[in-house]
Amino acid sequence: MSWLDRLLGKNETSSQMAKQRLQMVLTYDRSDLPPGLLEVIKDDIIQVIAKHTAIDTDKVVVHLEQNTQENRLVAEIPLLAARARRNGAASK
Amino acid sequence: MSAQILTITSGKGGVGKTTVAANLAAALAMMGKRVVAIDADIGLRNLDVVMGLENRIVYDLVDVVEGRCRLRQAMIKDKRQPELYLIPAAQTRDKNAVSPSDMVLICDQLREEMDYVIIDSPAGIERGFRNAVAPADKVLVVTNPEVSAVRDADRIIGLIEAEEKGPGQLILNRVKPAMVGRGDMLSVDDVLDILAVELLGVIPEDERILVASNQGLPLVMHGVNGASAGEAFRNVARRLEGEDVPFVELVQKQTFMSRLRALMNGQ
Ligand SMILES: Nc1ncnc2c1ncn2[C@@H]1O[C@H](COP(=O)(O)OP(=O)(O)OP(=O)(O)O)[C@@H](O)[C@H]1O
Ligand SMILES: [Mg+2]
Repeated sequence: MSWLDRLLGKNETSSQMAKQRLQMVLTYDRSDLPPGLLEVIKDDIIQVIAKHTAIDTDKVVVHLEQNTQENRLVAEIPLLAARARRNGAASK
Repeated sequence: MSAQILTITSGKGGVGKTTVAANLAAALAMMGKRVVAIDADIGLRNLDVVMGLENRIVYDLVDVVEGRCRLRQAMIKDKRQPELYLIPAAQTRDKNAVSPSDMVLICDQLREEMDYVIIDSPAGIERGFRNAVAPADKVLVVTNPEVSAVRDADRIIGLIEAEEKGPGQLILNRVKPAMVGRGDMLSVDDVLDILAVELLGVIPEDERILVASNQGLPLVMHGVNGASAGEAFRNVARRLEGEDVPFVELVQKQTFMSRLRALMNGQ
């Protein structure tokens, strides 16, 4: 990347990209989970939860988090009902 | 006194294992240590040419394993250093001609006579890697500041721990200070953040390494010539000997002029 780009704070450097990509790919390598499996897990979680309450399926996120000690699977599942109530609208 | 057995490995091929093995062996020998380098890359032998000993091979590692010669007969003595030896790999056999327990047996025989046994591992994570790692007291992982090489190094570091040979120590090779300064190459700190491993050496990219391998004279044998890969190899050897040698920072800070030049070159 050019020095001017960096001066203007435009892009990240290619070494920063390399570092981020490595951290991501190694999280999966170390966990022995193929990245595509998370999509499958996500769909299954959506099905299970949706049996009990309405969820905002488009906003469900499942990702792998890593620190030095452990890998953990983190799922964020926004519930439709709660948000709808807060907004004063009828839940759908 | 019993020898320390060091295995040089990497995962990804071509990152500089053989170069590191030859230069570390030579640097330690130049410090007065008794050193034998073993080429464990059966079928693709290279350490002999990098060390400049290819014309003196009579017996090789497989000859020892299969009982065609005694261990001593397969040890080629380097004429430039009194206590430097090479056990070459066989060129016409495959890696299954040697087993991990053969390697342990051979290294045990060398322990009493040597200060260091340096094993040059083949690339990959197969039999050849397991042969090279089986007798190791310490495993040195060579990598380059590049996504695929670092990824493979991480895998190897895990395997070394699984074989209970860990923790490995890292040698980061082919660092280009100007590219690091420009933000176009992973820095030493970046790689250490990613790999969480102890650093043993940082070797700059150096054209003289190619010249040295053309000549069959490891760079450290070229004499002291300022900050170079040769100096970096000598520093690794001193660290192995327990000296606390500070790491030279390999980042070429960008000056106003270098930025201007880069800008005009459209980089
Ligand atoms: N620091 C360096 N600067 C410049 N060139 C280097 C450096 N380190 C290694 N090289 C060059 O890189 C090439 C590969 O090095 P080398 O043969 O040591 O790698 P290797 O890991 O042993 O490869 P293989 O996996 O095939 O056994 C060689 O041409 C060597 O001269
Ligand atoms: Mg090699």
